[in-house]
Order: sequence, then structure tokens, then C-alpha cells
Amino acid sequence: MSTRRTFLKQAGCISIGFSLLGPFSCISEGKGSVMPYSNKEIDPEQIDAWLELLADGRLKVITGKMELGQGISIAVMQVAAEELQVEIDRVSIHLAETGVTPDEGITAGSRSIETSAMNVRRAAACAREVLISMAAEKTGLPVSEMRLENGKIKAGNDEFDWTEIIEGEQISKQVYEPEEIYAKTRRKLVGTPVPRPDLEKMIRGEEFYVQDLRFPGMLHARVVRPPSYKSGLKALEEQNLANTSGFVKLVRKGSFLAVIAEKEYQAIKFQEEINKRCEWESKPIPSTPEELKSYLKSLPANSAIDEERGDWSSASGGKVVKASYSKPYIMHAANGPSCAIAIYENEVLQIWCHSQGVYPLRDTIANMLDLPKEQVYIKGVPGSGCYGHNAADDVAAEAALLAKEIPGRHIRLQWMREEEHAWEPYGSAMIMEHEASLDEKGQIQTWSYELWSDGHSTRPTSGDPANLLPGRYLEKGFGVPGPGWRGGAIRNAPPIYKTGAFKLTSNIFEGPLRISALRGLGAYANVFGIECFMDELAEKAGKDPFEFRLAHLEDERAIDCLKKLKDMTSGVQAETGQGFGIGFAQYKNSASYCAVAALVETSEEETKWAVVKKMWGVIDSGECINPDGLKNQTEGGMIQSASWTLLEQVKWDANGITSLDWETYPMLRFEEIPVVEVEVIDRPEMPPLGAGEAAQGPSAAAVVNAISAATGNRLRDLPVNR
Amino acid sequence: MSSISFYLNGRQVSPDVEPSTPLLYVLRNELELNGPKFGCGLQQCGACMVLLDGTATPSCMLPVAAAEGKGVVSLEGLAREDGSLHPVQQAFIDEQAVQCGYCLNGMVIHAVSLLDENPDASDSEIRKAMDKNICRCGTHSRILKAIQKARRS
Repeated sequence: MSTRRTFLKQAGCISIGFSLLGPFSCISEGKGSVMPYSNKEIDPEQIDAWLELLADGRLKVITGKMELGQGISIAVMQVAAEELQVEIDRVSIHLAETGVTPDEGITAGSRSIETSAMNVRRAAACAREVLISMAAEKTGLPVSEMRLENGKIKAGNDEFDWTEIIEGEQISKQVYEPEEIYAKTRRKLVGTPVPRPDLEKMIRGEEFYVQDLRFPGMLHARVVRPPSYKSGLKALEEQNLANTSGFVKLVRKGSFLAVIAEKEYQAIKFQEEINKRCEWESKPIPSTPEELKSYLKSLPANSAIDEERGDWSSASGGKVVKASYSKPYIMHAANGPSCAIAIYENEVLQIWCHSQGVYPLRDTIANMLDLPKEQVYIKGVPGSGCYGHNAADDVAAEAALLAKEIPGRHIRLQWMREEEHAWEPYGSAMIMEHEASLDEKGQIQTWSYELWSDGHSTRPTSGDPANLLPGRYLEKGFGVPGPGWRGGAIRNAPPIYKTGAFKLTSNIFEGPLRISALRGLGAYANVFGIECFMDELAEKAGKDPFEFRLAHLEDERAIDCLKKLKDMTSGVQAETGQGFGIGFAQYKNSASYCAVAALVETSEEETKWAVVKKMWGVIDSGECINPDGLKNQTEGGMIQSASWTLLEQVKWDANGITSLDWETYPMLRFEEIPVVEVEVIDRPEMPPLGAGEAAQGPSAAAVVNAISAATGNRLRDLPVNR
Repeated sequence: MSSISFYLNGRQVSPDVEPSTPLLYVLRNELELNGPKFGCGLQQCGACMVLLDGTATPSCMLPVAAAEGKGVVSLEGLAREDGSLHPVQQAFIDEQAVQCGYCLNGMVIHAVSLLDENPDASDSEIRKAMDKNICRCGTHSRILKAIQKARRS
């Protein structure tokens, strides 16, 4: 074997350098030990930022995204395996970790396939081309005679391990536009329903979630919460607490209050006891859920005309239809409450958490604690599914605060169910008002849409600790976030349909509850309103809902999607008391196309008077990486959206949130779950489109349109079962 | 502190704990199991279920003292000695009946208990029993398929 220098000379690959990746850590390797950590800058332009070729022919894929249950891991592994010709069971994945994986911002917005998977694919195809050209140089054989198989380069009768070619190091060449993407030219693995490899670990009860991590000497913490958002801590009776068995420390920083104990159940008991001993300021939450609609419209708003197009003058004398819809605050409501572990040792803070964005969180926690960001290290470890920005960042920030209080010890902070329900940032409340006119042929001439909404994201992306829940309670007083992200409120607000003229006005208020990004953001409510309104317009025009939509669509993929749904449901007959309804949207007007139908049964029962019996979905996400993963996400989105639509609404009174558990915030359970059926329109020649949030809006509209069809009454305010 | 003895996945254990500590915390923290999950602490979601003398039981409020002398089987204890999965576990893999997987423990444990008791459980009996278990990802339809599949095997 030649030396590296002579080999490089022989290979003539002057532009190829080598690097050793930073020290990798792994939860399964690290049990019981302090993790090695890195604060290396990862350059996403480098091939080896995205993958590591292992000595035994295995491949490690590196992503800056998090596994949230959406199945991103297997999709990213699949695209890499295809390009580097490795069997899928020889591929592993490294999820978001500061100093180790590229900074890919937040795992959100259905963007992970479009961004991370495509970054990995490009890097993997480059790696393949680089390896093959190096092997060709080495053997003197033409590139056309080289082939790559499970970490071996086969050239004529010769065979090399790929690590032999790169001499045990990694390819640090810049990523370029590869000559060939195998997924486009060969497509053997991509597009197939490869099972998820993480399922085996879960089903055997192996260590997988952040909740499962254990460290020697780890202490357990609980936070003691105020009754409502703005209550400050007035007094606390601390007497005799410290004498109680298991007590380690009471942490009071401004109005942030927490307790650390030896054992977890002791921490819970302390939390309950301290809660009784606290005196908080009374700061009522304004308004009530019952008067929410009028209250929200009365708030000062930041108003803007977001879009205005078409010819308004020609519209005259047509039939005018008006309707006002609304959507309450709803929860992410993760099945497992938020959890994080942190340790502060040798002036370095290490955190394990289920955040969707480890890099932005690192910077924000560093600012909150006044630490240089180089001294903060975060490893993403899966938690319970989050469906958007829940308390994952908050719990990490709180664990970090507590870890600084007891250097050298791992602190595990676990939120209780009541805390998760009461303190997560909710999906925003919205009011959606539509007015449209139809011409004599029943085509939409004009459409004016005005919406009222909170902003839709208060993620800690700017580095401002106000976006972390403890930020507002500390002595420093980082305050509260501003009104949130306007762009989220108008997501999918412009209808995909052809209209003579269209105008969109949005009014962004700061409502009474803490809010952030929930799956689909404004698209859920906007599509719900638009698609119910389309049914109202169709009725006015005397048209079938399918035909009316098709008559207003120009996008062929949208048309295909709806037609396929029509075919799927052509045999469905709604019986007495039943209703059939549809909904459609292209998510963000730029991502997946999704059409959903629902068959609903209504009865005289007081509760559960509307039950969704069956839902059908069609999704076109362009090039489909894993059809079973895509179906799974779409099925889940349909059922989750049906639950939001039928049942869900955050409740509160002046003294605080009153939706505190699964009885006071019910969600759809097995007895009322619809049978779901999803078909995928695969377009291997097209780019892949984000899919994870595509079903939320269409499903809501399908359910409500079906109920309206069953009852003859238009329902416009969510949830259905108020 | 006192020692409570029970059988965990066929092996006698005697953790030294406060008898009022809910079984869940003893299983997770003292006995280092990952299967049973903390979901609500209120017996409302089923994430913490274990088989207590063969019956699916939430462990989040049950004092460990109540397990004295009893048999507890967790998710970890379902696989056969040769490592092969219990038919219910295998059916969940076959149907890819998971998204985030946090509820999986309770779903599998409850399905095992249900089918042990009623191997011919009808679809509506399955739905009725599983109504105690919450899934937030909306994986219900696959979970039902997995249980139906396990019922047949």
C-alpha cells in the first residue's frame, strides 16, 4: 500500500484533502459516562459533513435534522445507500448534534426531505464518484469498469475496501453537482418501502428516547410553576424542606423555582409540597374560550394586505357568498411530556434533549446563561413525537439552568403531564372570513379573504432567551416573545384556485395564550376555511364539490390528485345519517399535493354525535423516497387532524389553563378512529416535496364538509364537538 | 426504605424503595427498564402499562408495595429466550405500526393481555380495550391492523 502522499500523487487528486471527523459520541456507547463533545465548526459544503465511510464497509450518514417519529432517519439512510450502493442494514445515522452534524436549523416545515435528504444524496453521489475515480487512478483501469458494492470497489478481478482507497480517512472534498444521481437513473432502493430500523429497538424496550438515558449519580429535578403566565413569586415557606430525605437543592432565580432530589419520585413529592408553600401574584388570563372570537377581533392588530391581484371592476351582479370560520387554540399534546438531561462540568455545559433545532437552541441557552456558545454542547436524542415547537426547548433550557447549580452532576428534568398541557406553546387561534362572488356560469369572479391570528412561531431561532419559557422568570427578565411569525399565519391563505380577483388581508394580534408552531401552522385553519368555503360556493353554484374544484384548477398535479381521490371513493354511498366530504390543498402552495375524503356518521347522541367512519387520502410528494413512510405520515396526519377538528380546544379561566390532562383535553381514541386508506402518486422524475404536514388542512375540511353534508347545516367553528 | 419482592420478567427482584413509590419509577429508575414509559401519571394514557400477573395494568400510580409477590412482565420480557419476538411485537414490526413509538409499550402490552384473555377478540372488542391507550401520532389504524394480525397468528 502506498503512503498517503505518494498515493495522492499517483491519484493526481490534488483537490482532494482528507480530514478526520471530530470525536463522535453515541448514546449507546456513552451509557454511564460523560460524552465526548465537540465544538468543531461543521462545513456543510464538505462531503464528509454528511457521511462517514466505515472500515468494515458500513456507512454512517450524518444529518442535522431530528427524528421526531416522522421517519426521516430511514429516508435519509435510503438516499445515501442508493448512491453509495450499500445494503440498508449496513447504514446507520447520526442525528442532530452541535459540533458533529451540520447546522440544518430546525427540523420543521416538512422540509427535511427537501433539504437534509437531498444534501446527503448529493454528498453521497459525490463520494461515490470521487471513490471510483481514485480507484481508477490507482488501478489504471477505466472508470467504466469500476463498481461499488457494500464498501468494496470492484475493478476487473481486483477488489478494494473503500477505506483502503481513502486510507482510513474521510473525503473532505467540496460537494459539487454530481454527474449521476443513481436514484434518478437506477432507483433500486429509493421508492421502496424499506422498514424503519429504529422500530426494533423500540419494540424490545432498548434505550432509545432521551427519557431512557441514565448516568451514574444522576439527580432528578422538577420545576414549580406559577398558576398563570404572568404570576411572579411573592413568597415561599422553605422551613424544614432541606431536612427531608432525598432533598438536594431548591433553586430560586427570580420567579423561576425548581427542586432537585436524589430520586425521581422524591422530586415529584417535593414539587407538590413546594407548590403548596408558594404564594404567587394573581395575574388573570384575559377573556374566556367562550368569548374568544369577539375578544380576538377586539385586540389591537398588526394588519396588512398580503396579496391583491386580478380585476375587481368586472365583477358585478353575481351571486355573493360570505362565511366566517374559526379555530381555537389547540395543543401539540405530546404523549410523553418533555424531558432533558444536562451536566455542567469544567465550564462546559452538555445537554441531551429532543429539540428540533440543536444549534439555535445552543446559541439561545448560551445567551440565557451568559456562556460562550463554544462552551455549550447539545445532542439531539428522540423524545415523544412533538408535531411542532412544543416544550422541548424549554425543558432543555431549564435543565441547563439547574445543571449550573450543581456542577459535575447530571440533572434530569422531566415535565409532568399537567405542566406539558398548561405550559407548552399552543397552536394559534384564528378567525377566517371569506367573501366571494360567482359569475353566471358558476365560476369564482372575486374572492376576498381576511384572517385574524396570533403569529405562528416563537422558536428560539434569533438567540433571544425570551423564546425559552424560563427566560421570562429569571431575575434578568428576558421578557416574553413578540407576536410570533406572521408568515405562519398566512401559510396556504391564498387559495390554489383560479379566481378573477383575489385579496388577502391579515391581522396579527397577541392573544391571551402562549403560542408557537404546530404542525401546518396557519395552513390547518386556512385550508379548513377555504375548503369548506369551496363547498359553500359549489352549493351556491349548483355544482358537485369535486367538479367545482376541478373547474377552478389549472395545475395538472392538483387535478390528478383530486381525480385519483374521486376514483378511490367512487363506490362510496353515504347512508342515512352519513355524509361524505372532501378537502384539498397543495401544502404551502409549494410542497405536497394532498386530497382527503371523509365519511362521517352522525347521531342524536349528545357527545360523540359525529363519528368519522372512514378517510381516504391521496398524496403527491413528487419523488417518493419511502412510500410506506409517506403513507404512515399521511395516515397519522389525517387521524390527528380529525381529532383536532372534532374534539380539541384549549380551555382556561382567569386563574390559569384548565385543560390539564387527557380528560380535560380529550383527543380521539380507538373507539372513534376512522379506518384510513392512503394512495401515493409517485413521480420519480420530479424533485421530492415536503409531506409531513400536508394532510392537516384537507382532512379538517373533509371531516367538516362530510358533517355538513350529513346534517344539512354548515359548521364553521371548531371544534365540532364544542 | 424497605425491600419489596416481586418477579420481574421471570426473575425475583427486591429493590430497596419507599413502598409508596409508584411501580413505574421503580421499574425505570431502580431496575433500569426502558419499556414502561411515563405519559401522564394519572392512569389516563396507558404508556406505562405492564403485565401484572398477566393483566395489562398502568404502573404510574400503583404503589410498588402492591406488586409484592406478584409477577410483572414488561416489554423487555416479552421476547422469547432465543431473542425472537412475541407474535404481537412481530406484528407491530410487520405492519410498521409506529411513528414516534412513545405509546408502543402500552399498545403492545395491552394487546398481549387482551389476546391472552380473548384470543378471538372481535375488531370492536379490540377497539374498546385499546381505547385506554393514547396515540398522538395517529398510528391507530396500523396498530389495529397489527393486533388483528397477531390475533390470527
